[in-house]
Amino acid sequence: MTRKQRRMTIIGGSLAVLALAAALVLNALRDSIVFFSTPTMVAEKHVEPGKRFRLGGLVQPGSLQRGDNLAVTFEVADGNAKLPVAYKGILPDLFREGQGVVAEGALDGNGVFKADTVLAKHDETYMPKEVADALKKQGHWKDDYDAKASDTKASGESKPAATTAQGNPQGAMR
Amino acid sequence: MIAESGHYALVLALALALIQSIVPLVGARLQDAALMNVARSTALAQLLFVGASFTALVMLHVNSDFSVANVYENSHSMKPLLYKITGVWGNHEGSMLLWVVILALFGGLVAAFGNNLPLSLRAHVLAVQAWVASAFYLFILVTSNPFLRIATPPIEGRDLNPVLQDIGLAVHPPMLYLGYVGFSISFSFAIAALLEGRIDAAWARWVRPWTLVAWIFLTLGIAMGSYWAYYELGWGGWWFWDPVENASLMPWLAGTALLHSALVMEKRNALKVWTILLSILTFSLSLLGTFLVRSGVITSVHAFATDPTRGVFILLILCLFIGGSLLLFAGRATSLKQGGLFAPISREGALVLNNLLLTVACAVVLFGTLYPLAMEMLADFKMSVGAPFYNLTFSPLFALLLLAVPFGPMLAWKRGDLLGVAQRLLAAGVAGLVVVAIVWGWARGGSALAPLAIGLGVFVIAGAVTDIVERTGLVRLPFASVLHRARGLPRSAWGTAFAHAGLGVALIGIVCETTWNSEYIATMKQNDVAHVAGYDLKLDGLFQRQGPNYREMIAEFKVSRDGEPLTVMAPSKRSFTTRGSSTTEAALLTSGASQLYVSLGDATAEGAIAVRIYHKPLVLLIWWGPVLMAFGGVLSLSDRRLRVGAPKPARARQRLQPAE
Repeated sequence: MTRKQRRMTIIGGSLAVLALAAALVLNALRDSIVFFSTPTMVAEKHVEPGKRFRLGGLVQPGSLQRGDNLAVTFEVADGNAKLPVAYKGILPDLFREGQGVVAEGALDGNGVFKADTVLAKHDETYMPKEVADALKKQGHWKDDYDAKASDTKASGESKPAATTAQGNPQGAMR
Repeated sequence: MIAESGHYALVLALALALIQSIVPLVGARLQDAALMNVARSTALAQLLFVGASFTALVMLHVNSDFSVANVYENSHSMKPLLYKITGVWGNHEGSMLLWVVILALFGGLVAAFGNNLPLSLRAHVLAVQAWVASAFYLFILVTSNPFLRIATPPIEGRDLNPVLQDIGLAVHPPMLYLGYVGFSISFSFAIAALLEGRIDAAWARWVRPWTLVAWIFLTLGIAMGSYWAYYELGWGGWWFWDPVENASLMPWLAGTALLHSALVMEKRNALKVWTILLSILTFSLSLLGTFLVRSGVITSVHAFATDPTRGVFILLILCLFIGGSLLLFAGRATSLKQGGLFAPISREGALVLNNLLLTVACAVVLFGTLYPLAMEMLADFKMSVGAPFYNLTFSPLFALLLLAVPFGPMLAWKRGDLLGVAQRLLAAGVAGLVVVAIVWGWARGGSALAPLAIGLGVFVIAGAVTDIVERTGLVRLPFASVLHRARGLPRSAWGTAFAHAGLGVALIGIVCETTWNSEYIATMKQNDVAHVAGYDLKLDGLFQRQGPNYREMIAEFKVSRDGEPLTVMAPSKRSFTTRGSSTTEAALLTSGASQLYVSLGDATAEGAIAVRIYHKPLVLLIWWGPVLMAFGGVLSLSDRRLRVGAPKPARARQRLQPAE
C-alpha cells in the first residue's frame, strides 16, 4: 500500500465512525428527548396523552393524598394552572407540600399526569432550576422562596449566595 | 489567626505561581540554567504554601471555628471528626482549595522527580503548570475565599449536607481530583512540546506514567462515586447520565484514548500530533468538568454552587486555556515531524481505531451534556437528555470498541495478520458464543440483547486471557518454561490484560444488574414478610436511635432463604435536625457478587413503613471491573521501562526508523 492509500484508509475509517455516530445521535434525538413543561404550558399546548414529558411546579399545599399500596396523588401548580398527578411508589426524601417538584411521565386519557419518576432533589430548600425559571418567567416567583433564601443567608452575610442549601439565588437573579 | 495564615499562605502561593509562570520561560529563552531551575524551587515552595493553606482550613473545621463562614456553613460541633475533616472538601470553596492542592502536588512531583527531564522541557512544563495554578489561585482568592470571617460569629454551624456525611464522599472527591487534575501534567507537557517545537518518543515515555497515574485515580474515583450514589441515594441506581457524572466520564474517555495513543508514540514514534491534541483535549474536558460542577450551570444533584460570578470566572479560565492551547496547537502542530508508518491492519491501526471510537463516544457524551444547555439558551425551551439517549448512542459505539479490544494487543506492530489473530482468538470467540447460548436458554427467550452483551463481556475477558496464554506459551510449552516466560513478560502486558478483562467484568455486571434486577416496593407492617428473588424478609420492628448529629429510625428485617435464617438487615432513615433534611441508609446483604438491597421510605401514621427491596444479581461486578482496570494500570506503572525512566533521546534511534 502506498502512503496515500494508507492515509485514505484511515481517513475513510474515521469518517465512517463519525457518520455512524452522527446517525446514532440523530436517531436518538428523535425519540429519546424529554421536554419540560409547567401546568400552564400543558393547558395551553394541549399535550396529547401518552407523550412523555417532565412536569415541574410547586406541590399544591393540601393536595397530597396517600392511597393503598404506595399510590399517591397530588397536584402540581404554577400559579396559573394546576395539574393532578398520580404516582405509585416511594416519594423522595425531600418531597414536601409547597415545595418545588419535577415529575416525569405522561398524561392519561382523563388529563391526569401519570408519573413514573418523581425526581429526588437532595437539598432541603433546593428548588429545581427549571421550576424556578419557569415560575419567574410567568411572574409567579414565590416571594417566600426569596425570603427563605435570604433569611438562611442573613447570618452568613460576608459573602453572597454561597453553598448548596441556600435556596436558589441563581434562579432568583436571572 | 489560623484563618488569616491560611489566607496569607494562599496569596504567597499565588505569588510563587506567578514567578514560576514567567521566570523559567525567560530562562529557557536565554539558555540560562539558573533561571530555568527557579521553576523547581517555586514548584516545591508552592506545594508547601498551598499545603499549609489547606491544613489551616482542615484545622478550622476540626476546631469548629464558626467565625469562619465556610466552617459555619458546612460544619457542626456535633459532627463526627471524620466528617469534620471530609467536610472541608464537601463544599465549593474547600473543594476548589483541594483542586489547587492537588495541582501543586503534581507540579511538586514533577519538580522533585523530574531530574532526568531535559532542563528546558522541565522549565516549560512547570511554567505551564503555574499558568493553570495562577488562574485557579486567583479564582479562589477573588470569588471563593474559604477563609472569610463572619463579623458576629454564630454559636453553632449549619452542618454539612447529610448525603455528603458518608465515607464514600470522604474518598471520592480527592480520588476524582487526583485524576482530573493529574491530566494537567500531560497538558503541560503537550504545551511545553509545542512551545519548544520539539517532540520525540522519549517525550511520550515521560508523559505516559503521569497520564497513567491520573487515569488510575480517575477510574477509581468514578467507580467510588458510582458506588456511593448506589448505596446512599436509596434507590439502587448507580449511574444516571447526570451532567456532572458525564463531566467525569468525558476526561476518562479522552484520557483512556491518550494512554493508548501515547503508547503508539512511545513505541513507534507515530501519531505525535494526535497525542498532543488528545493531551490538550483531555485536560480541557477536565476544566469543562470543573466548570459544569462548580458554576451550577446545569440542574443536577451535584450542582451545589449557585453563584453566577463564579461561573463566568471559570468560563473565562476555560476559554483562555482551551482557546489558547488550541490556537498554539493550530500554529505549531504542523512543525512536528511525522514518524513511523504503519499499515491499517496493525497494532497501531488497532490503537487508532480505539482512539477513534473513544473520542467519538466522548463527543457523543459531550453533545448529550451540552445540547440541552444550548437549546435552553438559543431556543428557550427546556428538555432533558437521559439514559435512553445514551443507550441508543453511547452503547453501540462502546460495543464496537469492546468487540475490537481483544484483537488489539495480539496484532503485530507495523503490519498485522488479522486472520491469524482471529484464529488465535477462536477459543475466546467460542467461549463467548457458548455463554450467549447458555444465558439465552437460561433466561428462556426474552431480550436477545442481554445474552449477546454478556457474551461480548466473556469474549473480552477470554481475549485478555488468550493474550497472556499466547505470550507465556501455556498449553504449548512445559510448565517450567511457561513460568519462566511469565516472569519475563513485561508488567505492562499483564497490566493490559487486567485492564481489558476489567472492561468485560464491568460489562457483565452492568447487563446483569439492569436486566435481571428484581424489585419489591410496598408498605409493610410489623411481621409482614416480603419475598424477593428467593429471599424472605420479615419486618421485625421499627425503633428510634440517636446519632451524634441526627436521629434515625431503624427497621429490622429478619432475612431467610428457604426457611433458613441468614441475617438481620437494618436499613434506616436519618433526620438531621440542623438542616431539617433526611437521608436514607440502605442495608446491603452481599452474597458472591450479588446484593440484596433494602431501603426505607416514609412511615405512615399506623406504624407501617414504605419499603424498597431490590435483588441485584452480580451488581458488584460493575465496580470490580474498574478496580481490575486500575490494578492493571498499577501493574503497567510498575513496568521496568517506566521505573528505569526515560532514556535521553538518542540520534541512533532516529536513524533506525524504517524508511518508507
